[in-house]
Amino acid sequence: MKVLVPVKRVLDYNVKPRVKADGSGIDLANLKMSLNPFDEIAIEEAVRLKEKGTATEVVVVTVGVPKAETDVLLTARAMGADRAILIQSEEEVEPLGVAKLLAKVVEEEAPGLVILGKQAIDDDSNQTGQMLAALLNWPQGTFASKVEADGERVKVTREVDGGLETVDLKLPAIVTTDLRLNEPRYATLPNIMKAKSKPVAKKTVADYGIDVAPRIKTLKVAEPGKRQAGVKVGSVDELVERLKGMGVAK
Amino acid sequence: MKTLVWVEHDNKSVKDATLATVTAASKLGDVDLLVAGSGAQGVADAAAKIAGAGKVLLADEAAYEHALAENVAPLIVTLMQGYDAVLFPSTTTGKNVAPRVAALLDVMQISDILSVEGPDSFTRPIYAGNAIATVQTSDKKLVITVRGTAFEKAAGEGGSATVETVSGEGDKGLSSFVGSEIAENARPELTSAKVIVSGGRALGNSENFHSIIEPLADKLGAAVGASRAAVDAGYVPNDYQVGQTGKIVAPEVYVAVGISGAIQHLAGMKDSKTIIAINKDEDAPIFQVADIGLVGDLFKIVPELTEKL
Ligand SMILES: Cc1cc2nc3c(=O)[nH]c(=O)nc-3n(C[C@H](O)[C@H](O)[C@H](O)COP(=O)(O)OP(=O)(O)OC[C@H]3O[C@@H](n4cnc5c(N)ncnc54)[C@H](O)[C@@H]3O)c2cc1C
Ligand SMILES: Nc1ncnc2c1ncn2[C@@H]1O[C@H](COP(=O)(O)O)[C@@H](O)[C@H]1O
Repeated sequence: MKVLVPVKRVLDYNVKPRVKADGSGIDLANLKMSLNPFDEIAIEEAVRLKEKGTATEVVVVTVGVPKAETDVLLTARAMGADRAILIQSEEEVEPLGVAKLLAKVVEEEAPGLVILGKQAIDDDSNQTGQMLAALLNWPQGTFASKVEADGERVKVTREVDGGLETVDLKLPAIVTTDLRLNEPRYATLPNIMKAKSKPVAKKTVADYGIDVAPRIKTLKVAEPGKRQAGVKVGSVDELVERLKGMGVAK
Repeated sequence: MKTLVWVEHDNKSVKDATLATVTAASKLGDVDLLVAGSGAQGVADAAAKIAGAGKVLLADEAAYEHALAENVAPLIVTLMQGYDAVLFPSTTTGKNVAPRVAALLDVMQISDILSVEGPDSFTRPIYAGNAIATVQTSDKKLVITVRGTAFEKAAGEGGSATVETVSGEGDKGLSSFVGSEIAENARPELTSAKVIVSGGRALGNSENFHSIIEPLADKLGAAVGASRAAVDAGYVPNDYQVGQTGKIVAPEVYVAVGISGAIQHLAGMKDSKTIIAINKDEDAPIFQVADIGLVGDLFKIVPELTEKL
């Protein structure tokens, strides 16, 4: 079984995003870009399936800028992906467009399982995986904290609002990762060196003949209302007084 | 505009998250409700009392019992012939089902809206709420998820909608429900609690978490939350997590105990009315958003506080 892992290049989670002065978006100039953290978890899960012998090949794919080849796709290969597909686009493609492109890649690659992140930490959309499942008419196991696959089916434990839920899906299927699915390995320097020789197929959006024109226009991006830092109290007694003042404590 | 709202429920009662979604939908136009479930007549009857509901559509079949997206999405797509917009609460169920509906309708979902600015424009958080985008869609039908803390709750009583039965294609044979571990919790639910006490990595282990955080929560009648680090370390179950990728809360009072205040945590609680932070590091980022801070060792402070309340 082949496993396909779609990954997104995003502003590193440790960097505090800054809104551009003209309100047109987030300033990304010269800032550290990384694999979306949920996608690292997806790669790790795929690689573990290969190490267990359940998967035969791990292919990563991204829709994004050419630079992705030498940063996030390299990291992905260093973590254990066998090869990569870069679908170049200078413009940001929306989740629906990405899902449509991925559906084409699935047609070509015929994976048994596609593992995506549950959400990209830049747009916080949380929709690409579910959309891809819809377009392919495949089952979906979203927000996974445990994945047990054999050749026919996959059992997915999902993090839901009240706790955990387990579903059984017919393969081929879509899985999206939650934080506690696994702890991704580091891409070590020797592995990064070795990864450079693993193939990257370069495509463009036009190669797939799909209309990815955006449906949503961003009119404005603004900073959220700022909270004022408050006061520090000196003792528990003072805190108790405050709580009483707010009517929280009797 | 005709809108349809997904009623969040457990086949027994309507969940609170539905009520804020009804308010958001009512800003767009007329509101009908969809109850998809199994043995859910009681839920439909309760939903009919929600103020502002035009009618309740009840799809009652075994295939809808656990809201499997593979089964309920086609049902909604069919119903959407009669509607301009469908709105879901941003619960794990809403987030699972809504994008599947959107793709089948060939529209982009507008995720986690904070406000309705016009018939086609909305605000929504991006980058963990570090920025707020105003977006405008050109899609003919709208598929929206609604952040519960951003809208007032519609009244759960007072309406008198009619209940109409609808049916769909039932089980698509792609997926099945195996089981769930849903903890029974005597405490208020995190997303609707007035007071929340949350603990972080500093608690050190599960026993400390329970013996330090819970008595304080008991005194305050509070729900209990946690940082990701506390959940990852196994102090408490996953559904306690507050943050960008956990629950979004906005209580009257949020008490953060031994939590540093990473942006991903702040994303989930910074709209709380009053934030109280207890942390031994006076430079911890949590103090930049806290209304009241107390610097010191939580293992001394919290028991003393609990005692004195
Ligand atoms: C993709 C992604 C998503 C994430 N989503 C979330 C999310 O939804 N929610 C979330 O919470 N995090 C999330 N995180 C993790 C986040 O970045 C932080 O790692 C996490 O919030 C830290 O938890 P913490 O504050 O408990 O631990 P730490 O950062 O380790 O902080 C512990 C704090 O306790 C204080 N302390 C230690 N001992 C004591 C003592 N005896 N008395 C008083 N204070 C003490 C320390 O000074 C410190 O400030 C996410 C991360 C990523 C990458
Ligand atoms: N441009 C992209 N290229 C490849 N995969 C993507 C892209 N955007 C999103 N994804 C995948 O879809 C997941 C969810 O993203 P989103 O729906 O944008 O929150 C991500 O974690 C990735 O696995």
